[in-house]
This record gives sequence, C-alpha cells and structure tokens, in this order.
Amino acid sequence: MRLTPDEWIFWQHGFLKLNATIVFTWVLMLLLAVGSKLVTRKLSMDLERAHWQNLLEIVVTGIEKQIEEVGLHSPERYVGFLGTLFLFLATASLFTVIPGYEPPTGSLSTTAALALCVFVAVPLFGIKERGLGGYLKSYAEPTAIMLPFNIISELSRTLALAVRLFGNMMSGVMIVGILLTITPFIFPAVMTALGLLTGMVQAYIFTILAAVYIAAAVGSRKAKVEPALKT
Amino acid sequence: MDNMTIIAVASILVAGMTTSFGTLAPALAEGKAVATALTSLAQQPDASATITRTLFVGLAMIESLAIYCFVISMILIFANPFWHYVIAQTAGK
Repeated sequence: MRLTPDEWIFWQHGFLKLNATIVFTWVLMLLLAVGSKLVTRKLSMDLERAHWQNLLEIVVTGIEKQIEEVGLHSPERYVGFLGTLFLFLATASLFTVIPGYEPPTGSLSTTAALALCVFVAVPLFGIKERGLGGYLKSYAEPTAIMLPFNIISELSRTLALAVRLFGNMMSGVMIVGILLTITPFIFPAVMTALGLLTGMVQAYIFTILAAVYIAAAVGSRKAKVEPALKT
Repeated sequence: MDNMTIIAVASILVAGMTTSFGTLAPALAEGKAVATALTSLAQQPDASATITRTLFVGLAMIESLAIYCFVISMILIFANPFWHYVIAQTAGK
C-alpha cells in the first residue's frame, strides 16, 4: 500500500528519481502559470469583462479581504506570497476529482518545502517592516527570558504546519484506498468528496496561519486612525 | 519470542493504541470549542464571520494533534524502520 506519491516512480536514472510528487507538482505549476497568463492577457477596466477575469478578481479580492481581517494592513504586499500558497494548495486538492491523480501535498517533502517557505518568509517580511534590530528585538518580548521559548515556538509551528497538511492529505488518500478494497464503490466516492472538503479547509488554514505568523512578525499595530469625515 | 515477533507485536499493539487514545483528547477539546463558539454566536450574531473563522483555525490546530497520532500509527504499520531492518537481516541470513 502506497503511503505517499513519492513511491510511484515514473523514471529513474542512477539516484535521480522522477516520482509522482514531482510530476504532479509540475502539472499544477504548468496549469496555474499558463492559465493565469492566458486570463490576464487582455485585462479590461470597464464594466464589460471576460468571465475568467471576473472569477480571478473575485478570488484575489477575497484573499486580500481575508489577509486584511487577520490584521495585515496594505494586503497588496502579502497577497503575492499568501495568494500563491492558497491557490497552489487549493488546486492540489481540487484536482483529486480527476481519476489517477494523487495530490502532491500527500508527500511530506512538498509540505515541508511549503512550511520552509513560510519559515523563511516570516523573518523576511518582519525585517522589511521593522528593520533587522526591531525584528530581532521582538524575540525578547515580553521579557528576555522568553527568548529560547520564542525561538522554539518558531521552529515547532513550522513543523506543525508541515505535518498538519501532510497528515490531512495523506489520510484522505489512504482512507479511499483502504475503503476501495472492502466496500462498494459508493463509499470511496463519498470519502473522496470529504477529502475534497478537508483539502480546501486545510488550504485555507495553511494560508491563514501563515498570515497570522507574518502579522505577528510585522507587529500588527493598532488599526490606522479612522478617516474622519467619511460621508 | 525472537526479535521479529517482538517487533511485530509491539508495532501492531502500539499502532492501535496510538490512534484510539490519541484521538480521545482532541475530540473532547473540539467539542468544547464548538460549544463555546455556538454560545458566543447566539450572543453576538453580528460577529459570526470572525467567530466562524477563528473557530475553524482553532479546530485545525486541535485536529493536528490527532493527525500526529494518525501519522505515527501509519508509520508503525507501513513504513516501520525496525521491521525493515529485521526483514533485511532475515533475508540476508
């Protein structure tokens, strides 16, 4: 029984292995990049716009609103990273409706890579916003005794991000695989639908947690002073 | 009992117990979280978006503890390094 798509090898040469995780990730990358390139070829600012452009605008403004609600002001700076995370994870789990496809996030390598991206991005955004000294000083808040605990919490929540996503995706695939051997076909189909739901929820959770970590690093100040005289 | 039997019995027993006991506490905690969220929703329906989002994030964090137990069980059953080592030794003999 295959635990992860890592074990499904398409091509091998020496120690270079082309396994299903890499191939499916490439397919997703191709689809997302080519799709967005095609949709954004002719953007229109009038009220008449193509359907796909409308759809993309709904998605992007939805993500920006969520980032704003988490406490990150000026979400345009973060929507590139966080939006890509969400779109990649959402499409990775959405395509399980296609037979023969296994989500590449069902492999610990992919989820560890994504968690490492968040681990690197959080200090980057923090330093860009607060400067190196200000960001490093935040590790000693509220007192200097908290320094080792803050560092440990940074590492452990990265690990938790990776294992949470991997566990959810892998369990979905595994449940369907086990049920296929013992029950009529309706139950694996229903479990695939449930796996779809948990995949979307996990994509949302991953993105929101990354946004919360970035907000903590950036030092979410109080909301800007309400613009007075807003008639 | 030789090594192989001990490793097999221990892996199977612990794999079963890990999932069964490891999902007890997260289930109780999630029930409590949802109950509190429902109470606060009933008190303040305007804040439903914030409450729902925070509820889902909290549930995911609690759920991840049960997922850890599940991953350990799966590793013990399907990717057990001690079992592979013992099998390799017996095959090599």
